Amino acid sequence: MNTWTARLENPLSARLRDPATTGAFGILLGAFAAFLAIPPIEARTVTWPILFGIVAAALGIWTVTRGRRRLGWGAVAAGLLGIGLGILATRSSTGNLESAFDATLVAQTLGFSTPLVFGAIGGMFSERSGVVNIGLEGMMLMGAFWGVYGADKGGSWAVGLLVAMGVGGLLALVYAFFAIHLRADQIVGGTAVNFLAVGITGYFFIELYNNNPIHNGVSLLPNVHVPGLPVNPDNPHGFVDFLGQAVGDLSILTWAGLALVILAYVVLFKTPIGLRIRACGEHPRAADTVGINVYVIRYGCVILSGMLAALGGIYLSEGPQGNGTFIFNMTNGRGFIALAAMIFGNWRPAGAAAAALLFGFSSALALKLQVYSQSAGTLFQILPYVLTLIAVAGVIGRTVAPAADGKPYAKQ
Amino acid sequence: MSDPGPSPTPEEAAETGTLAASIALKQRAGGIIVPVVTVVFAFVMSFIIVAATQHSVHTALVVFKEIFLGSGLNWLAHPTTNTFTSISAYNLSQTLLQTTPLILTGLAVAFAFRCGMFNIGGNGQYLVGLIVANWLGVDFAGLNPFLHILLCMSAGTLAAAAYAGIAGVLKATVGAHEVISTIMLNWIAYWTASWLFGAGGALQNSTSPTNPVSNQVSPGARLPDFWGKQGFQGLHVGIFVSLAAVVVFWILLNRTTLGYEVRAVGFNPDAAAYGGINVKKNFIRAMAISGAFAGLAGTLDMLGGAQNYQVGQLDIPFIQVGFIGIAVALLGRNTAVGTLLGALLFGGLLYGSFHGLGSSSVIDPTLASNLTYIIQGLVVLFVGADVLILYVWNSRKKARRRPRGKPAERVEATT
Repeated sequence: MNTWTARLENPLSARLRDPATTGAFGILLGAFAAFLAIPPIEARTVTWPILFGIVAAALGIWTVTRGRRRLGWGAVAAGLLGIGLGILATRSSTGNLESAFDATLVAQTLGFSTPLVFGAIGGMFSERSGVVNIGLEGMMLMGAFWGVYGADKGGSWAVGLLVAMGVGGLLALVYAFFAIHLRADQIVGGTAVNFLAVGITGYFFIELYNNNPIHNGVSLLPNVHVPGLPVNPDNPHGFVDFLGQAVGDLSILTWAGLALVILAYVVLFKTPIGLRIRACGEHPRAADTVGINVYVIRYGCVILSGMLAALGGIYLSEGPQGNGTFIFNMTNGRGFIALAAMIFGNWRPAGAAAAALLFGFSSALALKLQVYSQSAGTLFQILPYVLTLIAVAGVIGRTVAPAADGKPYAKQ
Repeated sequence: MSDPGPSPTPEEAAETGTLAASIALKQRAGGIIVPVVTVVFAFVMSFIIVAATQHSVHTALVVFKEIFLGSGLNWLAHPTTNTFTSISAYNLSQTLLQTTPLILTGLAVAFAFRCGMFNIGGNGQYLVGLIVANWLGVDFAGLNPFLHILLCMSAGTLAAAAYAGIAGVLKATVGAHEVISTIMLNWIAYWTASWLFGAGGALQNSTSPTNPVSNQVSPGARLPDFWGKQGFQGLHVGIFVSLAAVVVFWILLNRTTLGYEVRAVGFNPDAAAYGGINVKKNFIRAMAISGAFAGLAGTLDMLGGAQNYQVGQLDIPFIQVGFIGIAVALLGRNTAVGTLLGALLFGGLLYGSFHGLGSSSVIDPTLASNLTYIIQGLVVLFVGADVLILYVWNSRKKARRRPRGKPAERVEATT
């Protein structure tokens, strides 16, 4: 109760040695090391980024030895990343750097993150209630196709959103029935969902559109123009133009995704319904004993996850990058990256969103670097999977899944 | 993401969700009936989809007839035309060509299942085999063909085994769930292949550097066709390797100490540990063997059929092979013979839907090829759900056995 007063009474030196402080400082330094190498400062020697990176890593190790493993390893990683970026950046020419690290990188990072955020938050709800959702990829793919279909036939992107959520929810309902009522293995069921989605979307894409690109003029998801910011400045200069390029013209779903993260946090951790969801995921028997209907909660969460994943999918086809087209199997693993982001974020909304942003950043960087080196760009696509593999290996703190995640629950 | 709890019998274990135990139970109870019913049900469902979207039952009948004829299985009814000029013989050879890797990816999934693990990473391991076979098949040109093929196959298999072993080691040492790690390994392999074979990659085509294609495997390393026509891709000897793998799988699992340990761990890791079996070692070993099967499939495809790898949209159906292995294994009840039959079914479906309608005006062939995915999805969905029948069956038996008002034991078992 009186921890903050107790902390104030401690001497300053003790507070500085607190692992939380050093860890956070290490991460900051690591970020700073990377920042040094890119515009506007652009250190032309490799010394400074490396120096800051090493200090950051050292602070990280300190933090680890003081017990805050997750924060500490984060700082180490940040420091190493800063070094790597610093070396990379100072080795290429200034002209290349300016076109790679500019405001559109921010916009693209947010854009690439959007479907991942929706998928990851959706998966989080499902897994927090105790149902593993490997089928995120399939639900996302369904949203991508049926969203375009709805927008095309309904004449409005809003119809597309509703159709996508409906179909995503429907597929999730089928999965939920098998996973919850029939107590089928959830990994098997999720795999089936992924197959089904590829088949159904592929089949109906040919049936309804004859495998041709969907014609132009489909109502697209609108972009939100932030008042006061220039949308596409001719000669970008200064901070306002930077902001305008970065966040002045983002899709409505990108903003909705950011809002969703906050909403998901509030719902999961600050409301009774969130407590019930978590209870079902941790100890369904106990939840059942106190009168929570485990099946209803799980059904609701799985269907919600299907709807959210479908929203992530519609962003791919109806968002600024998709432009109202559908391509066979267009999600191409994004549902699995969303799953990875959720795990990386330790089944928490903020963590999942941060991981989604990091993965989105690596995708955006991959796209940017493709111009200079195709192979370097491709390597950045691997980053999310490698990071997640390292995370589940327990190097950067241990990820802890909900205790009853993936276990079917049999009512008495 | 379950930690299998202690459970005395397979029946009990099935309720707690130990995968291998529940499968063993199903094997005893369902036998061959459940897979057959599942397949029939999946076909009926997809039949309804075709009939509804084409507005004609007749069309749907023709579609499925053509898929059957396209698979070439009708050749078996009148094998007198033992010449390759017969269209059904050609179709059958292509079906068997599709079946060859599916047998192995099916065995890969099945072997891990028998150890209680879900190897969803068949794709990644298949790709590793593919990459290594291409690399060594392009290099070392001029080596003795037999040695060259042996080198490519064994190196690809070992590499895939090591790759899958990563997931096994992670599970054994830090308890990372193999589903998550194999999914990640899948995509790491996928992007690594894109990187290696893509523009500027290390193994990219040396003659056309802008084309994201690998080099052709050197002629000496190609698996010879034994049933085919000059100028066409025929059935290569890889099918015998696959069939041999089925035998190896059966012997390994049923007639060796290793197989006994693997199955014991699959039934109940705690009981196995109590019995003196090193559970962690078996996790790693089973995963590596499982990866070896999938990697072997990749080497056969590279040396026999594909001979090069193309980055882009085209590779997506290509690398589905690992995923179809899941359906094959589940349908085959994770047994050697069952997997063989399951692979034949999906091989026929893959080629039959692709080619059976290729020359047809009844239905768009690309439309039909998507039917394969739908049927595959339905099969996996319902194979997983036969638990329903068994639970009803099992709980009825239990209710008779157990006196009423004493459900407390099951409370502990399910949480």
